[in-house]
Amino acid sequence: MDQAIRRRNERVNRIGIGLSYLVTMAVGLLLAAIIGYLLWNGWPRLSMDFFLRHPEDLGRGGGILPVVVSTILLGGLSLAISVPLGVCTAIYLTEYTAEGRLTTVIRFGAECLAGIPSIIFGLFGFILFVITLGMGWSMLAGALTLACMVLPTIIRTAEEAIKAVPAGLRDVGYSLGATKSQVVWHIVLPQARPGIMTGVILALGRALGETACVIFTTGVSLEMPASLLDPGRPMAVHFYILAREGISMEMAYTTALVLVGLILLVNVGAAWLLARRRS
Amino acid sequence: MSSGKGMAVDDLRRREERIRLALLCMAFSSILVLALIILFVFREGVPQIMRVGVAEFLGGGRWAPTKGLFGIFPMIIGTVQVTLGALVIGVPLSLLSAICLSEFAGPRTRTIMKPLIELLSAIPSVVFGFIGVTVIVPLVRETLGGSGFSVLSAALMLSVMVLPTITSIAYDALRAVPAAYREGSLALGATPWQTVTRVVVPAARSGLVTAVILGMGRAMGETMAVIMVAGNAVVVPTSPLHPCRTLTSNIALEMAYASGGHQKALFATGVILFVMIFCLNSLATFIVRRR
Repeated sequence: MDQAIRRRNERVNRIGIGLSYLVTMAVGLLLAAIIGYLLWNGWPRLSMDFFLRHPEDLGRGGGILPVVVSTILLGGLSLAISVPLGVCTAIYLTEYTAEGRLTTVIRFGAECLAGIPSIIFGLFGFILFVITLGMGWSMLAGALTLACMVLPTIIRTAEEAIKAVPAGLRDVGYSLGATKSQVVWHIVLPQARPGIMTGVILALGRALGETACVIFTTGVSLEMPASLLDPGRPMAVHFYILAREGISMEMAYTTALVLVGLILLVNVGAAWLLARRRS
Repeated sequence: MSSGKGMAVDDLRRREERIRLALLCMAFSSILVLALIILFVFREGVPQIMRVGVAEFLGGGRWAPTKGLFGIFPMIIGTVQVTLGALVIGVPLSLLSAICLSEFAGPRTRTIMKPLIELLSAIPSVVFGFIGVTVIVPLVRETLGGSGFSVLSAALMLSVMVLPTITSIAYDALRAVPAAYREGSLALGATPWQTVTRVVVPAARSGLVTAVILGMGRAMGETMAVIMVAGNAVVVPTSPLHPCRTLTSNIALEMAYASGGHQKALFATGVILFVMIFCLNSLATFIVRRR
């Protein structure tokens, strides 16, 4: 009897562990499968020309040059807005105030912001930046909306990076007669820079893949944006339109490949930075 | 640090105070953005809900903006069905992966598999939607019939999209269980599997629930991917093979051309979505705090 129970327990144990391994492997392979699928279907069309030519016939032919330019502009601009705000918030939360009601409120705000779906950011950006502030569909309106969306990511990672700076280093600064802002600027920030950069890169990855909040703020124009108040079409939106309106499946596969390749590159870069800091 | 040289102590102190105030203002940016979102989205949407009537807006079965009919009941049901479907498929897979990575896998397997699963969250939702259309929809159509654009296809696709979120939060929750719990259980003669299911998982319960709730929020807020596979018909789906429209899709599909009361009704849809997600996230925060 006892023997039978033990044998059954052993069997359940083996099955359970085996199953969990199987699921993990399958889930891990999903990413490889997705990349393989996009490579298989998108690779044949990929060439230098694809990046350097203007699209023809709504994107059925040609390349994606204005789309690349829009993507870079939008990504860079949204970081230029969100990084100073996010890093300053993190500095204030970690260096300038003790844990209390104020930090709880600010953290709660950031957490709420992180949970809001991107389509709501789209509605918000449309009504505030595009309509109320009169920016129209533009790179600026899109970048402001994206900046609001990635702000919590930057605050959280910057806060962790700043907290990880050993307290002793700050004391050395103070003992030399430095003021608080000097300690932060000359000692804490340089030490925390790799960690902050990781967050910035993760935010960039998120901004590059975003569609729902961008499509109503940046617009869908395939023209080359000449100024920040011009509309444009970032890569994720271009891909969405190609695929959803059935304009060209081949071009859609290749654009998807470029988009995913770019985002994975960005994320691997962030992971590499983080690993280098830890070692 | 030459900037402080030669300055009177009072000047220095005043400068420090100005920097502190400037940082304080910046620190309120996230609260400000949150307040602006609530202000602007609600200001457009709430009057429209009042005009239509709360009961009619939430409970009405017909959405025909040209006829002035604004009932989002089918979309609420669509959202709930797709989200629950994604959780039914995604939660067991995520929890098993998290358990494997935290309890059974060696350091080598873990360092390879964990980033692979987490990188899944970096794939943009439009790409998931595209793969949904080209792989999942035909698969459902050929094996189960119907058009393939259905609640089931959307749930399948979303279950993959919530995997990285749930797995990585659940993993952290499992790792936070003290090693002594495991040792005690193993010392009593329990098998590793019994230790995990009867000791570690119950001990990590609140963290696991948080993981599921946050995954739920992700599934509920997903837009572009769902539009591409769910079929988007405004009906209350009665079978997993029927098409459906979610709250998010309703906004994204019609924002491009809506105006006037129609546009305000889309903002009102956003208000309802916001309230649903806000409740979910508050619940998750509450559970974390209690722990």
